[in-house]
Amino acid sequence: MINIELGHYLTLGGIIFLLGVVGIFLNRKNIIVILMSVELILLSVNINLVAFSIYSNEITGQIFTFFILTVAAAEAAIGLAIIVSYYRNKGSIRVQDINEMKG
Amino acid sequence: MLAHTIFFYFFSIITIGSALMVIVSKNTVHAVFFLILDFISVGCLFIMIGAEFLGMIMLIVYVGAVAVLFLFVVMMLNVAEQKQSWFRGLKSTHIPVGLIVSIIILSEILVVIGGWKYKTKLISTDSIVIDSSFSNTHQLGSVLYTDYIYLFQIAGIILLLSMIGAIVLTFRKREGVKKQSYINQVSRERATSITVVEADFNVGVKIDD
Repeated sequence: MINIELGHYLTLGGIIFLLGVVGIFLNRKNIIVILMSVELILLSVNINLVAFSIYSNEITGQIFTFFILTVAAAEAAIGLAIIVSYYRNKGSIRVQDINEMKG
Repeated sequence: MLAHTIFFYFFSIITIGSALMVIVSKNTVHAVFFLILDFISVGCLFIMIGAEFLGMIMLIVYVGAVAVLFLFVVMMLNVAEQKQSWFRGLKSTHIPVGLIVSIIILSEILVVIGGWKYKTKLISTDSIVIDSSFSNTHQLGSVLYTDYIYLFQIAGIILLLSMIGAIVLTFRKREGVKKQSYINQVSRERATSITVVEADFNVGVKIDD
């Protein structure tokens, strides 16, 4: 409890991941909050990679955190662009209203 | 060691609390603010355990770019006041399924972490030898630009693609806006721009008759 070890960081990553998943399931109104939950999930993966990298004294984990960051930024940009163009065409981005594809 | 413990609990409690507030906030703008707080505290955690370059990158990329992008879109689309009523109207059928899935995932994570205790020792990887007298940034740079150069360039291509994609998706041609068109200017020819008219003596030419 006093000595912070790898397990503490992994638990933190797990809790953040879980909050992201809960956010996706529970927010049935707002698609932007769903995108933010995806960002939380990616963040938890970053926490895990950095913790493993530090505690096993191996730099590769931090390198891969870079690429996850890159992909997260690209994903946020594309997702928000899709939302903006959808809002411009339909006038609403409520999750219930997005049923054009009958999914 | 005690300071490390105190700081870890401080930052991780803020992280978890703000992550919780992201998903339960009624106002989307508040949710973005809590997302920013979340990123900052994770950045502090990274700096604390010795990945200082990634902590700074966390601030620059996530807080400076991604969260501001979110805030921009939220303000632009005027959806900040859309109420999320999942905790008031409990008629939704998604909540039990979501809770069950979340609990299963949590138990799996706990099992994995518990199993970690009985592992003999970490796999020692000697594939990349790093001089530990370098600073964190120096270590990252010496690996990123040599062993992972192709992945680095692919990451650049991904960013370029996402930039082009975002521009293409949100680009809109407006009617009634006067704009210079290079292709029309350059492709203009003599045959389409001027006409040569034979003018009779003392009569002249009537245009647009």
